[in-house]
Amino acid sequence: MKIPSNILTLIAGIALTLICLWYGQNHGLMPIAASAEARTVDELFNFMMTIATGLFLLIEGVLIISIFKFRRRKGDLTDGPPIEGNIPLEIVWTAIPAVIVFILAIYSFEVYNKMGGLDPMASHDMGTQMAHHHHNDNLVALDLEGQEMALGLGASPGNKDEESLVVDVNGLQYAWLFTYPDTGVVSGELHVPVNRQVTLNISAADVIHAFWVPQLRLKQDAVPGREAQLTFVPDRVGEYPIICAELCGAYHGAMKTTLFIETEAEYNQWVQNNTFAQESFLDEAVANYHVP
Amino acid sequence: MSTATETKENPVSQNGHGSSHKQRKWQDYFTFSTDHKVIGIQYLVTSFFFYFIGGFLAEIVRTELATPDPDLVQPEMYNQMFTMHGTIMLFLWIIPAGAAFANYLIPLMIGAEDMAFPRLNAVAFWMIPVGGVLLISSFFVGAPQAGWTSYPPLSLMSGKWGEEIWIMSLLILGTSSILGALNFGITILTMRIPEMDLNSMPLFCWSMLATSALVLIGTPVLAAALILLSFDLIAGTSFFNPVGGGDPIIYQHMFWFYSHPAVYIMVMPFFGVISEVIPVHARKPIFGYRAIAYSSLAIAFLGLIVWAHHMFTSGTPGWLRMFFMATTMLIAVPTGIKIFSWCATIWGGKIELNSAMLFGIGFISSFLIGGLSGVMVAAVPFDIHVHDTYFIVAHFHYVLFGGSVFALFAGLYHWFGKMTGRMLNETWGRIHFALTFIGFNMTFLPMHQLGLLGMNRRIALYDPQFQSLNQVCTIGSYILAVSTLPLVINVLWSLIKGKKAGRNPWRALTLEWQTTSPPAIENFESEPVLWAGPYEYGIDSENEDEEDVEDMLTEVSAQS
Amino acid sequence: MQSSTVEDPKLALNYHKELKNEGTHGEHPDHRMLGVIVFLVAESMIFLGLFGAFLIYRSMMPVWPPEGTPELELLIPGINSIILISSSFVMHKGQSAIQKNDVPGLQLWFAITAAMGAIFLLGQLYEYSHAEFGLTLNVFTSCFYVLTGFHGLHVTLGLLLILAVLWRSRQPEHYSENSHFGVEAAELYWHFVDVVWVILFVLVYLL
Repeated sequence: MKIPSNILTLIAGIALTLICLWYGQNHGLMPIAASAEARTVDELFNFMMTIATGLFLLIEGVLIISIFKFRRRKGDLTDGPPIEGNIPLEIVWTAIPAVIVFILAIYSFEVYNKMGGLDPMASHDMGTQMAHHHHNDNLVALDLEGQEMALGLGASPGNKDEESLVVDVNGLQYAWLFTYPDTGVVSGELHVPVNRQVTLNISAADVIHAFWVPQLRLKQDAVPGREAQLTFVPDRVGEYPIICAELCGAYHGAMKTTLFIETEAEYNQWVQNNTFAQESFLDEAVANYHVP
Repeated sequence: MSTATETKENPVSQNGHGSSHKQRKWQDYFTFSTDHKVIGIQYLVTSFFFYFIGGFLAEIVRTELATPDPDLVQPEMYNQMFTMHGTIMLFLWIIPAGAAFANYLIPLMIGAEDMAFPRLNAVAFWMIPVGGVLLISSFFVGAPQAGWTSYPPLSLMSGKWGEEIWIMSLLILGTSSILGALNFGITILTMRIPEMDLNSMPLFCWSMLATSALVLIGTPVLAAALILLSFDLIAGTSFFNPVGGGDPIIYQHMFWFYSHPAVYIMVMPFFGVISEVIPVHARKPIFGYRAIAYSSLAIAFLGLIVWAHHMFTSGTPGWLRMFFMATTMLIAVPTGIKIFSWCATIWGGKIELNSAMLFGIGFISSFLIGGLSGVMVAAVPFDIHVHDTYFIVAHFHYVLFGGSVFALFAGLYHWFGKMTGRMLNETWGRIHFALTFIGFNMTFLPMHQLGLLGMNRRIALYDPQFQSLNQVCTIGSYILAVSTLPLVINVLWSLIKGKKAGRNPWRALTLEWQTTSPPAIENFESEPVLWAGPYEYGIDSENEDEEDVEDMLTEVSAQS
Repeated sequence: MQSSTVEDPKLALNYHKELKNEGTHGEHPDHRMLGVIVFLVAESMIFLGLFGAFLIYRSMMPVWPPEGTPELELLIPGINSIILISSSFVMHKGQSAIQKNDVPGLQLWFAITAAMGAIFLLGQLYEYSHAEFGLTLNVFTSCFYVLTGFHGLHVTLGLLLILAVLWRSRQPEHYSENSHFGVEAAELYWHFVDVVWVILFVLVYLL
């Protein structure tokens, strides 16, 4: 095996490192992040992207160099060198990926913990608990008492004690329905004030849906018969899409609505407007959502 | 299942190879033949037949996605299209194509005259056309529309009979797969020529051993899930239906217990193909034989304990998500060993850059991307963002198309001469490679970005901001469609006019090259001789030159 | 480059003979028993899947069987289990007989096994027809019918295998002490069905 001269290898190595460090930060592949947790996910992605770029360039480089450098010449019927392996080298390329995935796993674990994934209140499968309250056959009915053991992502460890704005989210073919238990507002759009912790109790009425806001990097399936929870603190005012990310039927692609992250004042205004309008529109709205 | 290719192929392999051996007649390929080589070619041709159907469906899907509105087909029809595309490509193209190589090559590689259970083998094959035709017939009653994953409750609510046909067809194809795997495993374990021990088998046999184990353990669980789903659908039980007290998440667990290993069932035979193709055309021994062989076993084992990573956003408790994240990431280690070893095999060799090798290198470079994105999606926080988006679509196409299909073509160019007695044309082969490689990357690379930016999968209508990238993908998919033309032309032309292959056109060392091309009916005229390990290139070059290998081969054939 | 210049015309003449032998390939050692074992491994994975699902349902529900499920009758299934389990021993006597080349012995013991299997199936049918619950009442009853039914299907298949062995054993010399793959395969299958029943009985009836 011909090894390029040390200096060349060194320069190539430095260039490779610089390129992947740069690309890992400047790939521009992620949409805007609208919460602190979304930014930690981006940091994780950037880290993975850096490593992936390095490995990608390394291996594609080896392939391309080989194609040009190690071609058989016409008429040369001899074989290449009979190298059948190299134990130290093999140990190195077993160990390096092992170390990388170890670091990656720990890093992901940290990020996941920061996002509230290991919040015992939210990350536990509520299947059992939910069923405790139902001794009849009507297991599909959602149990609001069971919400402390919902599935999904809970509060970040730092925000545990903060009081959340609770919104009940119900997915049905092909719309989202948001109910604000505190004020009784029912809406087809999600309005939340900026910088306040929001907890969504996610459920589904018919088939499985998935609540996804790309800008929050949050997704949770809405499974009929179960309740799931997402807790987050939005910190960037704006309008973001809410997308159903689990195939839910023919018009799955149309099952979209908008998340409005608003200033406290705008949000209060919206609540006020809707509380007045609610009485008259409620029945109609619900009726409409049941008809796809 | 028969196609035009098949009918054309066989009279030619008769006239063409110039041997006085009695060869198969073309009619034999339409019968219940127990010859593993006939069955192998039956598998291959059948799988290509379904490839064209599945590809056609994919083109409809991509054409629909050229514009953000659902204007080409109705959304219901669109869902049927991608459901059938997925099911056909997985169960009727990649899995049978892997079985095709396994059937054709295993007995030849280990010096056996046939598989351990030839009749069972034929039964396993003939279930494929039955299952395939059944599946396609579902279009008459409204094809299934719940995706190839068929998650309840949606699958229970959209088109009862289409869904039931889908279930029945999968049960048939699954049984076929189990019977095939049983045969491969036992053949490899018990029918090697006496001199060949496990550690001197070709690596393709190792990868088929691991694949077979996965099929035998995984597929029956899918069958159990489908039986329960079928009861929900037809008899009105509520195993997976929350309305009656069931739980859709249990279906997901059972489904993925099979369907994650299924990814390895689809890709591992082709890891084996690559391990065969690359050393021959790089003229160098495979780098780290044992590492590659045992990493297949490691992948198979790990593949059985990672299934819930498909369910990170659905119903998995937090601590379980962490467990499945760790095991999933661990798979990167044995997979990495393989990729590094292939690269090291190529490095420093004397590469003959023919079509087989081009596809082989194309395989490494594309599969690499699928592997890297695979590690990314294993990370739970990131997966929560990209789950069920086009990022995932890109990821699994890089694994299954960039992986399996590229290696499948590499294998086709490599062994076509052995199978038919005639070589495929190099120029057409290179055109085929160039079009496939460009079309493939153009179709699937932009999908990564689409997914990250927020485009979910399985939708007929999407946000107009994604249109330009989608159009790139659509154009790429048309290039992919065009890329099949040089392949078809090449195969048909080469069957008639191709250069004669001879016994061993690549000067390769595995046993299948010791017999005639195409091989005689029971493979070897006399017991094959194991005079070199499968990859011992360059070993004798110091004291003997290449001519000796030829002499030995001639000697071997002269003995018959 | 190697080319297929060396050909043997004799082989071409032998072609028809070779083709005739094609179906049998009898020369290599007999791996059929290994095949049966591997097949049963795959089969057991189906049952493992079903049992797994059953156990998950069981652990999810606070009350199991769900309230409103009528009590399962234990007497007939209990007797049935004893019959099925003892049939395995009876069947083994048959295999011991053929190892001593005693075909009438084989026939006798296998016939008794078949009868016991048939009684089991009839008992199962009796249980179905007298059960106070239907398939779709709740998840437990659905599991009950699907598990016992799927097992019953396997018993039926095993019964057919035994009958096939009996039918073939009428030919003299069909089974001998050296060659009785059919007997062994049927017996192994029957034992498998038996073991599955024991697990099923414990899970569904006793727990």
